[in-house]
Amino acid sequence: MLSFFSKQRIRGGVHAEEHKAATAALTIVTSFPLPKKLYIPLQQHVGKPAEPLIRVGDKVLKGQLLAYSQGMISAPVHAPSSGIVIDVNDYPAPHPSALPIRMIVLETDGKDEWIEAQAVADPFLLTPEDISLRVGAAGIVGLGGATFPTAVKLNMGRENHIDTLIINGSECEPYLSCDDRLMQERAGQIIDGVRLMLHGMDTENAVVAIEDNKPQAFLSMQAAALPYPLIKVIQIPTRYPMGWDRQLIRYVTGKEVPVGCRSSEIGVTIHNVGTAYAVHNALRHGQPLVSRVITVSGGAVARPMNVEVPLGTLISELFSFCQVDSELTARIIMGGPMMGDALPQTGLPTVKATSGVLALTQNELKSDQEQPCIRCASCVSVCPAGLRPLDMANNIRINQLDVAVDLGLKDCISCGCCSYICPSNIPLVQYFKYASGEVAARQQAQHKSEQTKRLIDARNARMERIAQQQREEELARIAAKAERERLKAEQEMAV
Amino acid sequence: MIHRKPNSGAHVGAGASVSHIMRQVILALMPATAFGLWCFGWPALNLFVITVTSAVFFEAFCLRLSGRIAKPVIMDGSAVLTGWLLAMTLPPWAPWWIGVVGSGLAIILGKQVYGGLGQNLFNPAMLARVALLISFPVELTTWANVSPLFFSHSPGLVESWHITFFGLENLDASTGATTLGYIKTEFSQHHLLSESLKDYSGVLSFIGWTRGSLAETSTLLLGLGGVWLIRQGIIQWHIPVALLLTVTVLSGFFHSIDDQHYASPFLHLNSGAMMCVAFFIATDYVTSPNTKAGQLVFGAGCGLLIFVIRTWGAYPEGAAFAILLMNAATPLIDHYIHPRIYGRDRKGKPLEIPKS
Repeated sequence: MLSFFSKQRIRGGVHAEEHKAATAALTIVTSFPLPKKLYIPLQQHVGKPAEPLIRVGDKVLKGQLLAYSQGMISAPVHAPSSGIVIDVNDYPAPHPSALPIRMIVLETDGKDEWIEAQAVADPFLLTPEDISLRVGAAGIVGLGGATFPTAVKLNMGRENHIDTLIINGSECEPYLSCDDRLMQERAGQIIDGVRLMLHGMDTENAVVAIEDNKPQAFLSMQAAALPYPLIKVIQIPTRYPMGWDRQLIRYVTGKEVPVGCRSSEIGVTIHNVGTAYAVHNALRHGQPLVSRVITVSGGAVARPMNVEVPLGTLISELFSFCQVDSELTARIIMGGPMMGDALPQTGLPTVKATSGVLALTQNELKSDQEQPCIRCASCVSVCPAGLRPLDMANNIRINQLDVAVDLGLKDCISCGCCSYICPSNIPLVQYFKYASGEVAARQQAQHKSEQTKRLIDARNARMERIAQQQREEELARIAAKAERERLKAEQEMAV
Repeated sequence: MIHRKPNSGAHVGAGASVSHIMRQVILALMPATAFGLWCFGWPALNLFVITVTSAVFFEAFCLRLSGRIAKPVIMDGSAVLTGWLLAMTLPPWAPWWIGVVGSGLAIILGKQVYGGLGQNLFNPAMLARVALLISFPVELTTWANVSPLFFSHSPGLVESWHITFFGLENLDASTGATTLGYIKTEFSQHHLLSESLKDYSGVLSFIGWTRGSLAETSTLLLGLGGVWLIRQGIIQWHIPVALLLTVTVLSGFFHSIDDQHYASPFLHLNSGAMMCVAFFIATDYVTSPNTKAGQLVFGAGCGLLIFVIRTWGAYPEGAAFAILLMNAATPLIDHYIHPRIYGRDRKGKPLEIPKS
C-alpha cells in the first residue's frame, strides 16, 4: 500500500494563472542600449565570493576576468562590456534587504570591445576534465535561479558516473518566458551545449523536459535534437513547481533523491536550458557568461519583453527601456511571482540568477489581509515536499521553532504553493523563512556560547595551572632559601 | 518580526478567500433550505431567521467582549453559516428560544471560547444540537407534518407567530415521528420492518416530502448541493464518499442477513441527517483531518458510528453524536496520518540511496 503512495510521479503543486502570453510571442530583444555604468557583484553564485584582481582605474575589455573564483565552490566574474573600472566597493544588493555587498563598478566606453577569444576548434577533442575547467573559467552557474557553479556539478556528475542528464526547460513560474524564447530561437545552440555537458560528464543520455504549455519551444528543440537519438525531448505536464529539480527527477526517472543527498548520487544531474546555452557560448566561442536573457513583465510594464542585457545592468535602466509605470507598480519582484523576492527599489543590479524582473500592480498581487487559519488543508494538499504548512506556521507563531523543525521546516523548498493557495492570506513562506533564519541564528548563538564557555574553562584551567606553578616555585624558593641559610649557619659554625 | 507585506512569495494568489468559501457553502445549501422553508411554512422561517440572527449577534457580542472590531470578522460569513447549519437541523416548528439558546451554545461554547474561527475542536452546530437534544428532548423531537406554504391547512402568518413564540397547541394534529424514530418505536412494540414501513414512500422522502428537521429532509437537493460543492473544489470527495459508502456497506450487510430488523441501505441514505452530515457537516475544515487518507478514515468512522447509533443506540437520529466523537478523534488522526516528506520514509528518516 505504501508503495502506491511513493510511486506518485507528481505530488502537490498548483496551476497558477500563467501571464506568459505578453512576452512568449515576442522575439528576444537584443538592442538594449549599453548602460553607462554596470554594477557587478562579486558574489552572483552559491559559495565563496570571487576575489577581484583588477584595480580602480584599470581599463578592461569585454569578457576580461575581473575577479577569480576562490575555494572549491565559487565562480569567477568577467567584464560584461569594455570600459574603465571606477570603483570596487559596497553597493546595495539585489535582495529584499538591499544590504550592501561588494561590487565592481564599470564605466563603459561604448565600444563593447571583446577580449581575444580563446575558442577551441573542436571542443569534443578536449578531455571531460578540460570541459569542466573551461566551463568553470567562464563563470557559468545554474541559470535557473539556483546559481550553483556548473563546473562543480559537471565534476560531481563525472565522479558519480551518472546515467541521465536532465535539462530543465519547464519554466514553471508564471510570467517568465526567457527559457521559452531561448528554446524557440536558439535550440541548436542549446542542444550543442547539452552535448558538450554530456561530454564533460563522460556520459551519453540526456532528457530535455519542457512543460506542455510551450509547444513551439518543444517543436524547435525536438527538431534540433533529431540528429542525436540519445538526447530525448519530452513534454511534461504544466504544473508549478514542475521545475523543482527533485520533482522533475522523480517525474522523468521515477527516482526520489534522499534528503541530504545530491541528485548525482542516484545517477541523475539536472541543468537549466539557459546553462546549456551558456556552456555552448563558452566552449564554441570562448565567451564567458557576461549577459543573459531576462523577462521584464507585469501589469505595470507598457512594453513587456524578453531582453538580453549585460550582467550588472541596473533594474531602473531595464524598467525605463520597457516603459514601466512607477505609479502603477505596487511591487517589484526579482524572479517569478511564486519564489521571487520583493525588492525595495530599482537601483539594484541584475545578476546571473535574474531570470526575470516583474513590476506588478496592486490588482495582480495577493491580498495581504491576513485572516485566521480555517484548517482547510489546501496547503497540505499542494505542498510538493509533503509538509504540513499549517501546523508548521501555527508552531512558529507561538515560537515553538523546535516543533516546526521536527515537522520538516528544513525540508521546505520555499516554492510558495502554500502561500499561493491559502484563502486566509497567511504568508506561510515568510513564516518559514523567518523561522529558518531564527533557527540558524539560535544555533549560532548556542555554538558561540558553547565556544565562549570552552574558552573560559580553558582560561581558568590555564590560570589555575600558572597559579599552581607559582605556588610551587614559591615553595621551592623558600626551601632553597632555608637551605642556603642552613648551609650558611653550618659554615659559620665551622668557622 | 514578521512583515505584514511579505517579501517572500507567493506574490500572486489563487483568489480564494474565507468569505468566498463560506458564501459558496451557503449557496449550496440554498435549494435544500428554500425547499425546507416552503415545506414547513412560516413557523420554520421564523425559527430560521431567529437562529441565524442570534448566531451573528452572539459572534459580535463575543468579539466586542474580547475587544476586537466585530464587523470584518462577521463579514467572513462563518457565524451566518454556523447559525444556518444549526437551524437546518432543528425541528421546523421549534419555539424561538430553541434557536436562540442553540446559537448561543454554538457560537459561545462551540467556537469563541476556543479562540474563534479555526480554533474549535467540535463542530459548533453539532455541539449545539446535541446539547439541545439532551437538555430539551421534547422540543427537539416534535416533528411538524409537512404543511407547505400557501396551502389551506398550513398555518398563516399570525398563527405561525403564535407557534414560534407561545408554542404549539394541539400537538397530535400537526406533528408526528420521523421515519427513523417511528421504526425505533415500532421495534419496541415488536413490530417488524415490513409492518412499520407500510406507509413509507422512498420517492417522497428522496425529494424531502417527509417529517424531519427544517432543511435536512431533501436527500435530492442536499446531495446535489454537495456534489456541486465538490465540483467547485470547496470540499473534497473523500469524507462524503467514505461516510456514505461505510453506511451503505454496513446496512447492506445487516439488511441482507435480517431484512426485518435492519433497515435497507436506501432507507439509511435517504433518512434523517445523512446527506446534510455527509456533505456539509463532516466536511467542516476546522474539525476534520488535514490529509486525504485521514479524511477517508474520518468519513468511515463517522459512517460507522452513525450506523451503530441509529441501529442499536437510544437516539434514532445519531448523526450529531457520531460527528462529535469523530471530531474528538481528529487530532489523533492528524497525528498518525500525515504525508511522507519528499526524500524521507514514513518515519522521517532519509531514504536509502538505491543500489543500482
